[in-house]
Amino acid sequence: MPIATIWWREIIRFYRQRSRLFSAIAQPLVFWLLIGSGLSASFQPSGETGEMSYIEYFYPGIVVLVLLFTSIFATISVVNDRREGFLQGVLVAPVPRWQIVLAQALGGTTLALLQGVLLLFLAPMTDIRLGAASLFATLGIMALLAFGLTNLGLLIAWRMESTQGFHAIMNLLLIPIWLLSGAFFPSAGVPSWLEWTMKFNPLTYGLAAFRQSLYLDTPAKAIGEGSAWTLSLLITGLFCVLTYLGATLTASAQAN
Amino acid sequence: MIDVENLSHSYQKRRALDKVSFSVSCGEIFGLLGPNGSGKTTLFKILSTLMPITSGRVRIFGHNVAAEVKTVRELLGVVFQHPGLDGKLTVVENLRHHGHLYGLAGKTLRHRTSELLERFGVADRAKEPVERLSGGLQRRVEIAKAMLHSPRVLLLDEPTSGLDVAARRQFNDALGALAHTENILVLLTTHLLDDAEACNRVGILDAGRLVGLGPPDELKAHVGGDVVLIECVDTEVLRTGIVENFGISPVLTDNHLRVECERGHEFVRDLVAAFPDEVQSVRFGKPTLEDVFIKLTGHLIFS
Repeated sequence: MPIATIWWREIIRFYRQRSRLFSAIAQPLVFWLLIGSGLSASFQPSGETGEMSYIEYFYPGIVVLVLLFTSIFATISVVNDRREGFLQGVLVAPVPRWQIVLAQALGGTTLALLQGVLLLFLAPMTDIRLGAASLFATLGIMALLAFGLTNLGLLIAWRMESTQGFHAIMNLLLIPIWLLSGAFFPSAGVPSWLEWTMKFNPLTYGLAAFRQSLYLDTPAKAIGEGSAWTLSLLITGLFCVLTYLGATLTASAQAN
Repeated sequence: MIDVENLSHSYQKRRALDKVSFSVSCGEIFGLLGPNGSGKTTLFKILSTLMPITSGRVRIFGHNVAAEVKTVRELLGVVFQHPGLDGKLTVVENLRHHGHLYGLAGKTLRHRTSELLERFGVADRAKEPVERLSGGLQRRVEIAKAMLHSPRVLLLDEPTSGLDVAARRQFNDALGALAHTENILVLLTTHLLDDAEACNRVGILDAGRLVGLGPPDELKAHVGGDVVLIECVDTEVLRTGIVENFGISPVLTDNHLRVECERGHEFVRDLVAAFPDEVQSVRFGKPTLEDVFIKLTGHLIFS
């Protein structure tokens, strides 16, 4: 019951501030259309990426960016709730901390997933053809990614005193994590220090899994961006567990 | 019952609470009066289970706050200084959310919600987003929310801050009625003397120590007789003069000399006669809690 009610509030709040919905989706879309079209001419995929336009290559990255933006923006409300009295009111209720964090994480996940689904409707603009299997897998991986990213946001938000600090972290940490996940450019052919950074970036695996799930019904086009499907899934799952545990521990430490 | 025994708390080097002990019983409104930085907020956080106890013991209806957090949380209704309502949600939605957190649901929750909204006079605004309500009304919704799960203890941190005088008086009256009818224990913190006056008992906190404890009238009775507040040309000259002529030693507070004495009206007469050029104005009155605070701590509550 406490989980459901905290989750529901996140959804209601988002719905009543519809500008948030717009801002989380508009910016990535503009990026996609401008950068995607702009770089199309100079994008020369190396062997393994096959014949693919940049717009198509960039598409999964943009979906992940929307997931990132929505889940992170959802967690910013934690900073405000903490500064105001609302979260204190939740914390003095007889509800275990792990339930509070889980509910917040599920709230962010739901919102991100809804936005992600909106973007899936744009898939036909590229050459991506979604069948039942790939749709199913795509939704599952988007949910996992959103859950992990929301928890990453919560992990940060529970320590933050102000939203300004949060934005700084967003620019210095979260955007680079996204940039270096294979969303923007493939790791093939980049300098080795960058290649290694990308290898150690957990989002690289989430993005790889997502990319692969999109092509589940058209295996001929699937591009093995580095890692195998199972490894990608495994690391993404681990990322979810670890960020959730981290967020719960942070929340417990911050408030008894 | 709240039982606080030898409670101490330190932040790194600064001691926020120093061996504080007191107890509060049912049906009572207890006020913690003190300036900012007196340790009120720390004490409030400990009582509301948001800060761990490092030294001393707190029991609420026999339950140790450190060991039985969940049980204690069920007994508490807490109103924080910062608004604890979600402005985007309606009044009813806020209460429903709160009820769910405490395991209330369905018909029970609906009945209790409408009963409390009725009692606090906000039933007609139930479907409006909280952010559209005035500050005074929002405070009432906060109390209704805190009372929803029928707590035995109501804790309020600076509940009247931001309210005007009329709203404050109304609020204090409502609180008194509530403590009486529900037979709950109300503990509030305040730095406002009016609020403290409205309490059954007051604990005065200064620099982490509990320096006074008792009903407002009893505390005031400790201040001798009358209080005379003198504004003068040169406080040092007049202070020496008063010590020499009357054998009482005035306290200097905020550019005024403050004298406590029996038969204050005679003192004022003699004072003005003795120092006609020094005295600029004299205020004469029965002691207030402010005087109690000054007597106990040697300084003004806002200094």
